[in-house]
Amino acid sequence: MKTTSRRMIRTMALAAMLFASGVLPALAASEADYKTALAAAETAQKEAASLRNRWTTTESALAAAKKAAGAGDFDAATASAKEAEALAKASVFQATSEKERWKNMEIR
Amino acid sequence: MRVRSILASAFAACAAAGLAMLAASAIAAPDTPDPVTDAKAFRKFFTDKFPKVKFEDFVNGPYSMDEGLHKQWEEKEQFPPYDFALESGKEMFATPFKNGKTYADCFPDKGIGIRQNYPYFDEKEGKVVTLELALNRCREANGEQPYSYVKDEMASLTAYMAYTSRGKPMDIKIPNDPRALEAYENGKRYFYTRRGQLNFSCATCHVQSPGERIRAEVLAPALGIMNAMPIYRSEWSGMGTISRRLVTCNSQTRAVPLEPQSDEYRDVEYFLSYVANGLPISGPGARP
Repeated sequence: MKTTSRRMIRTMALAAMLFASGVLPALAASEADYKTALAAAETAQKEAASLRNRWTTTESALAAAKKAAGAGDFDAATASAKEAEALAKASVFQATSEKERWKNMEIR
Repeated sequence: MRVRSILASAFAACAAAGLAMLAASAIAAPDTPDPVTDAKAFRKFFTDKFPKVKFEDFVNGPYSMDEGLHKQWEEKEQFPPYDFALESGKEMFATPFKNGKTYADCFPDKGIGIRQNYPYFDEKEGKVVTLELALNRCREANGEQPYSYVKDEMASLTAYMAYTSRGKPMDIKIPNDPRALEAYENGKRYFYTRRGQLNFSCATCHVQSPGERIRAEVLAPALGIMNAMPIYRSEWSGMGTISRRLVTCNSQTRAVPLEPQSDEYRDVEYFLSYVANGLPISGPGARP
């Protein structure tokens, strides 16, 4: 019994060390993760489109996400989709804040 | 005594209401569209910023900002790079459609010397109509396919029409129609609104930085920027319409361009042309 618990402790300690040192890979993104990230990005981009303020960089990130997903690389696909969501949200923020801020630049 | 006090109270209430209305109108005043005042302020801004530039020279864009560039422009004008577009535009303009009619049948004064009146506000449609749009509507009304707004055929046609108006002062009207004023105001808002990942508005380049370089380009002042259109750009190795210029400006700021001749583009052209009233048509132009 003592030997078994010692072995368990040793195994867990080894696993913790390997995890901390990055030898073990982080959990890979799944197709489901990608789909969730893409849906969020597309929702944000739709809002940007309704404000007539899409960014080319968002479009590029969305295209990159779909391309990576097509190749089965869901890590890259999820990362690009999250980038697209962040860019789309920034463009929505820009369009919303510019509704009044444009007046600051007006020649009077 | 009692009557007096009632009268005094009534007078005080009226005075207070009057003051409140005055205060409200004073607060509302800055947001009330006033194109005449806008145009005056617009011109003053540029003439104060560039006191050495002759007023009518603003239509020459970057060439008006720098003596060396101005000399280059004078030399270019001896063998202008837009000549080929002018020739083909003249020929296209005179060539009858399949039904025997021509562009001349669609425009006042047979389409000659009218560039300075575009864009105009069409009160029937309730929208701004640009020259490019009017040309395509003419084609469609006569059974022809419309041209691309960003390609050579449209640039050639508008180059020829601009040439027949050279020297005539821009003359854009805002009719007494709240929709026209709204279109003007929408165009103004579009001009000053930041967009794209680079967070640029049209004004960032053409109000805050004319005469400065952005990479290798010298930025043109917004005043009179439409008067030289369409333009031959060395960077494009070809001619560009107003639509092409607006689309390219958007994508350079990393904004997805709108559809050519969308309401926003039509309105911003209306605004920029109106504030350039009085400046001569100089199109077709040439730019670095």
